[in-house]
Amino acid sequence: MSMNNQGRPTNIVAGGTDAIVTYTGHRGLMQEEGLSFDRGRSGKWGVDLPEPKNKADRLGGVRRKGEIGLPELSEPEVVRHFVRLSQKNYSIDTGLFPLGSCTMKHNPRLNEKVARFPGFGDIHPLQPQETVQGAWALIDRLAHWLKTLTGMPAVALSPKAGAHGELCGLMAIKAAIEARGEIRRRILVPESAHGTNPATAALIGYTVDTVPATTRGRVDLAALKAKLGPDVAAVMVTNPNTCGLFEDEVLGIADAIHGAGGYFYCDGANYNAIVGRVRPGDLGVDAMHINLHKTFSTPHGGGGPGAGPVVFSEALAPYVPVPFVVAGADGFTNIEQEEDAPAGARPFGRMTAFHGQMGMFTRAMAYMMSHGSDGLRQVAEDAVLNANYILANLKDVMSAPFGDTGPCMHEALFDDEFLKGTGVTTLDFAKALIDEGYHPMTVYFPLVVHGAMLVEPTETESKETLDRFIHAMRSLAAEAKAGNTQGTNRFGGAPYLSPRSRLDETAAARKPVLKWTPPAPKQAAE
Amino acid sequence: MRYLPLTPDERRSMLATIGARSIDDLFVDVPEAARLSAPVDLPRFMGEMQVERDLGRLAAKNMTASSVPFFVGAGAYKHHVPASVDHIIQRSEFLTSYTPYQPEIAQGTLQYLFEFQTQVAAITGMDVANASMYDGSTGTGEAVLMAMRVTKRNKAVVSGRLHPHYADVVHTVCGHAGAGMSIEIGGVHPSAPEDLSSRLDANTACVVVQNPDVFGNLADLRVLAEATHAAGALLIVVVTEAVSLGLVMSPGSMGADIVVAEGQSIGVGLQFGGPYVGLFATREKYMRQMPGRLCGRTVDGQGRPGFVLTLSTREQHIRREKATSNICTNSGLMCLAFTIHMTLLGEGGFKRLAQLNHEAACDLADALAELPGVEIPTRSYFNEFTLKLPKPAAGVVSALAKKGVLGGVPASRLYPGDASLENLLIVAATEVNTEECRASFVAALKEVLA
Ligand SMILES: Cc1ncc(COP(=O)(O)O)c(C=O)c1O
Repeated sequence: MSMNNQGRPTNIVAGGTDAIVTYTGHRGLMQEEGLSFDRGRSGKWGVDLPEPKNKADRLGGVRRKGEIGLPELSEPEVVRHFVRLSQKNYSIDTGLFPLGSCTMKHNPRLNEKVARFPGFGDIHPLQPQETVQGAWALIDRLAHWLKTLTGMPAVALSPKAGAHGELCGLMAIKAAIEARGEIRRRILVPESAHGTNPATAALIGYTVDTVPATTRGRVDLAALKAKLGPDVAAVMVTNPNTCGLFEDEVLGIADAIHGAGGYFYCDGANYNAIVGRVRPGDLGVDAMHINLHKTFSTPHGGGGPGAGPVVFSEALAPYVPVPFVVAGADGFTNIEQEEDAPAGARPFGRMTAFHGQMGMFTRAMAYMMSHGSDGLRQVAEDAVLNANYILANLKDVMSAPFGDTGPCMHEALFDDEFLKGTGVTTLDFAKALIDEGYHPMTVYFPLVVHGAMLVEPTETESKETLDRFIHAMRSLAAEAKAGNTQGTNRFGGAPYLSPRSRLDETAAARKPVLKWTPPAPKQAAE
Repeated sequence: MRYLPLTPDERRSMLATIGARSIDDLFVDVPEAARLSAPVDLPRFMGEMQVERDLGRLAAKNMTASSVPFFVGAGAYKHHVPASVDHIIQRSEFLTSYTPYQPEIAQGTLQYLFEFQTQVAAITGMDVANASMYDGSTGTGEAVLMAMRVTKRNKAVVSGRLHPHYADVVHTVCGHAGAGMSIEIGGVHPSAPEDLSSRLDANTACVVVQNPDVFGNLADLRVLAEATHAAGALLIVVVTEAVSLGLVMSPGSMGADIVVAEGQSIGVGLQFGGPYVGLFATREKYMRQMPGRLCGRTVDGQGRPGFVLTLSTREQHIRREKATSNICTNSGLMCLAFTIHMTLLGEGGFKRLAQLNHEAACDLADALAELPGVEIPTRSYFNEFTLKLPKPAAGVVSALAKKGVLGGVPASRLYPGDASLENLLIVAATEVNTEECRASFVAALKEVLA
């Protein structure tokens, strides 16, 4: 029996901590926190604003009447509310976040500081161009780095995330094909592709034709060639692909699509594996988006914002959408209208109202400059090394469908073969990892293997962290196979030790409740 | 390199575990011709201090909004953001988490998204809102595509006074989206009435109007809504200044079917155009046609309330080419900034903030109208209006900037080539403009026009 320093026993009551029912609903540091809307209108404000003069308005008779229905809280209450919410989240600063395909690397705080320099954070997208020359210089420098790293001659910076970049790339391809006086309606997409690839192609009217994978987890080049024809606009290939493998026949893919008069779109979500070591421009790529929120460390912020610049080959460079920055003798000019584009440029349109995600540009620039060309190369090497280390240490106890075909790139793919007959699913396995203090890997993606588990450690994890994670994974795999050695329902009911246990997603979708509603109907707005 | 924790010894021992002789062994799948043997031609790594200094020099070349009398709007507005907003969004657990795919350890994100959706639905007067789009302009493009899905028609009637950059985004996405889609743009000039109803026909999917429009005009949309509905089309209302919703009748109460707004004014800041946050709301009956993520309430295994991402059968990761949109990453952290600021404001603060903005604009308009040769064609407005100057506005704005005043957006920057708009200047006033700022602006403009 353990004792505290007054000699009193500190053992838990029978039944463990679960048996302690608190009066508040809180459990120590785990605080319950209701919705702000439950507080209602109190007359308290979290801001101090001067008294209005309340003169006659000039609203043309459309003044709002009645209640909006927003709650009222003071500043301390608001701060506590959101801090308590934050404590229910797992984050990369909390621990390893091996979410495959998402590149959850460390987010340097220098980036946050730089983005908040008033000269970047407190300027308006439409103030006179001569008053923001430093901003254009930063955008121009980012463009230079991205073009040099990828070996591509042009870049469109305005897309707001990866999927938006895909859209930008495909629109440029469409414009280039139209400029040749052709119409092509089909886009080839490997079955391992991320959902945004087919969704983007379909969004602008393309038919998606799925290309199967080989048993080595790569695009089946023969099958791809068989599908080529005069109506194929492009292939969309992720490289390294979503199985974490480099498409070793990439030059063959490029030749084949070019030979058929189409373009090579590369999904660059996995660029972290090759940055500084391989230039997509040397692989025959015509367009590739780069997720600055993956490779270049801008924070994911619980779902965004991102930034998805697209680099272009010579063939597509003329079609870069407005706006874009050009350097001249007396400073930079931002080309905002298609009519103002320099000779040879044929912008296909506009992706977004302003110039793109400036706040992400500054962060990514700080990150790139911090690493330099040598450091970025090291990033790719360490990312790939870490993933292979995980693969090497887990493939004997888990099942790695492509584990014997050679090294992986920046992420290691497992399937649920090793769980066969255990009653444990990929989802259960992932949820058990939550109890071990980790964010789970990506599950059930890519779709080409059964019960996928995609583990991407990134280069910002230390060997100690990887060793502890490997230990956790091996232990869970062993227990899953041995079947409930601790007599618990460790997998089926997991997670147990999180702010909430498994949530009922079916109920949520059956009768969606997407907002708070006042408890009694008579309180509703007039 | 300070962000890379592996030591050379560890790298060696890890390679040994893997069974590789060198790191190059791990890149064997890369075609030999494409392997770079040395770093590309870019500067080498830099310490934190050097990076900060270097980028600080670039930042110092820009004229910041807070340092001068500032009246620039046209889709992005300078407002005061309470200090606690930026503090909270930098908490690690919010800043460095991912999209909440594992809801048990992402209730913080999910709950604020639920609160965000509730706030957006409330201020727009709509039934349901999603968990954000990239920004107002891309949201507008998505709204038009959604209207086409709902109505199975393919013509959009777009107001000529929709922010031209928004119209360009709609045009770009719809132009590429399908052969049959067409867009008709209505009248532009701010003082002439725009007749959108006459453009409605049996193939019209939607009417897109901005309110207040890009020139600042505020309109009662109820008649247009009736005509639109009578033609079987949807009314899409775009709001680029979300603060207006605190004082103006909600688009929902005027008959909107889809409301898209730029949420930048609340909590986000100027940031030179991004990241911003697109608000997207609609009627319940169109819920399943919405783009983007939705957060819904549910219960956990012990019956405790909790939140999850829901109705994902609309989304790209499940439906692939049949998804309602390709959006994946959205504007999560900017939703949080919006939600915190909105919670600080509350019902009373939000309405008061809107009132103060309107009064700032009325006071500014009164002062500017005194200037000889200056007219104000905008009759009803919220916090932005248009000036008609005796000479081209672009030159005036540059001259004002030289005097240290950022005096608005010349209409010619948004509508190049339309001579009838050359002398128009779009001017915004918000709660940050003091009496003194206004006086400096008026004095500077007087000198420039003299
Ligand atoms: C392979 C792949 N492609 C595309 C995307 C889409 O990128 P984003 O979420 O930035 O739109 C992702 C990100 O989740 C991805 O992993």
